[in-house]
Amino acid sequence: MIAQIIFAFLLAIAGFFFTKRILFIRRNILLGRDVNLSDRKAQRWKTMARVALGQSKMVVRPVAGILHIIIYLGFVIINIEMLEIMIDGLFGTHRVFSFIGPIYSILIASFEFLAFGVLSACVIFLVRRHIIAIARFKSPEMGGWPSLDATIILVAEILLMGAFLGMNAADSIAMGRELDHYTVNIDASAFPISQYLLGLLGGMSDSAIVLVERACWWFHIVGVLSFLVYVPYSKHFHIFLAFPNTYYSNLDEKARLDNMAAVKKEVDMMMDPNADPYALPEEGADAEPPRFGVKDATDLSWKQLMEAYSCTECGRCTSECPANMTGKLLSPRKIMMDVRDRIDEIGHNINANGLEFKPDGKSLVGSYISEEELWACTSCQACLEACPINISPMGIILDMRRSLIMEESKSPEPITSMFNNIENNGAPWAFPAASRGDWIQ
Amino acid sequence: MAEMLASGQSPEVLFWVGCAGSFDDRAKRITKAIAKILHYAGVNFAVLGAEESCTGDPAKRAGNEFLFQMQAAQNIAVLNGYGIKRIVTGCPHCFNVMKNEYPELGGDYDVHHHSQFIATLISEGMLQLADDHPFKGRRITFHDPCYLGRGNGEYAAPRSVIEALDAELVEMKRCKQKGLCCGAGGAQMFKEAEKGNKEVNYERTDDALETKAATIATGCPFCNTMMTDGVKNSEKEGNVDVQDLAEMIATAADIID
Repeated sequence: MIAQIIFAFLLAIAGFFFTKRILFIRRNILLGRDVNLSDRKAQRWKTMARVALGQSKMVVRPVAGILHIIIYLGFVIINIEMLEIMIDGLFGTHRVFSFIGPIYSILIASFEFLAFGVLSACVIFLVRRHIIAIARFKSPEMGGWPSLDATIILVAEILLMGAFLGMNAADSIAMGRELDHYTVNIDASAFPISQYLLGLLGGMSDSAIVLVERACWWFHIVGVLSFLVYVPYSKHFHIFLAFPNTYYSNLDEKARLDNMAAVKKEVDMMMDPNADPYALPEEGADAEPPRFGVKDATDLSWKQLMEAYSCTECGRCTSECPANMTGKLLSPRKIMMDVRDRIDEIGHNINANGLEFKPDGKSLVGSYISEEELWACTSCQACLEACPINISPMGIILDMRRSLIMEESKSPEPITSMFNNIENNGAPWAFPAASRGDWIQ
Repeated sequence: MAEMLASGQSPEVLFWVGCAGSFDDRAKRITKAIAKILHYAGVNFAVLGAEESCTGDPAKRAGNEFLFQMQAAQNIAVLNGYGIKRIVTGCPHCFNVMKNEYPELGGDYDVHHHSQFIATLISEGMLQLADDHPFKGRRITFHDPCYLGRGNGEYAAPRSVIEALDAELVEMKRCKQKGLCCGAGGAQMFKEAEKGNKEVNYERTDDALETKAATIATGCPFCNTMMTDGVKNSEKEGNVDVQDLAEMIATAADIID
């Protein structure tokens, strides 16, 4: 009975902190500028099914892709077992679903195979990260917390899967000995992996077996609940946000940039001979017009903020970025991490100051991202092509250039000349328009 | 265009030359090749000449949305004024902007990149190539322009043009979706690169040279400049040439000197 109360208490605590963090992230995402992405629903569902559910872009790099699919399947399918663990924990039952008979054995057996697969994949991932030390995991932005975060998750998964298999091994012995509470009868074929652990446990006394089984059971469930709370603080939040993020993917051609509506309004007015240049703003119009482009994280759209929280820092974008691979400061992954860190900071600022943002003298461009990074982008779209969940660092980079130019008139000198030439001669170079036809000679 | 309209004609196709094609000496040769091909295939086409103006692409990618939309409004007014329906561009940046960004601003046209248009002319039998031309059996690699390939999903048309030359097409290790940028996009063409340890075009030229191709084919005047510069930097200009698909077809059809 005590165990059930402790279990319910832990469940409630985990649920509380998870929900609290989710609401915080949701609120932060909604601090972003509004965009309407409610169109093309069928195409959106299809994209989500293909890219998130089907992992189509993960397998572009087959080794990481296949290992990731094993962990992904393991996570999704073993969660069926979680339902049973929840019921057993709350009601003090033991393997409550075992009444379904042979299908139950097949299910448990498949969980065991997956658990072993996940465990192996995590070991390989640790080796890739720390022993082979693949370059994209060692970029400057990966130092400290991001690297530790990845390691924590991989080690946690290994421990959880180990506990799961240990629990099954001890349980199968307990059930074989028909100990108190372990009176369920499950076929030995349900334990294709944990049977290899039987040798380690076989000589133990009844009470020791029960102790091992209970210890593994509790370690596993407490681990899973801690994991639940940890995930939304971590890059691993992608396991949830990958789905909405791909649903709201950009469905247009990759090279298409949006036409800013606010600018269109200005241009239309300039082109309209009947426009009144002295007209006052309409009644009810915003007193302060929104900023052109992005200077701080709240100038981004909610979709772009969602992208930042969805990023799992895999670094495929950075490894395909022509600027980054030729030694420039720009790293698309760092852009995404900076956006997330900044909007998180703004979120905490708002919470600490009575739900009102207190200016902190910082901004995304300047405090987190330098102009040098922004000007290194060639807009080649390799980063969005590489992203396994359709994040667009390029879109954010170009939006930040917009504020540099249209709000602050900060451009490298040759870019200023290019603008002037276009304005004066209709070409980025200083040639007169009249000589446009000269190639015919 | 103005002359055609004055004589009561309206062209089927407007050839949008672009700034590089109008002013850059190397790119002018590409422009000539495209014009010769259109003429040779009997396409009824016109150019805007002095009435053409920058599409605004470099301004937009550099963050100057205002200047971009001003250019767009101006160009759309000219194009709509002439009742233009179909456009062929000599540059993937013009192509992308006019195809994807102008419609929302009031300019809705059927826009083709020149590689697409030439591929169609070939498949329709409108272009006869010489029996014996320098590209037969030649080892050729194609550098995908970002704004044609990744940006607009067109990988097939330029390759079908190379196949029509009866040449040996070899792919670089990074091609199609994974093609590496030449380094000129996003207004980089008009400024110095940021501090780094290598120029992007040298990195890309290394990819191309690795294929041991005799010709690097391009479909963008800016890529052409960048790759030509990269080949020079590797001191390979004696062995490898950089040519636009249009130049190759015009040479193979023996319609250009």
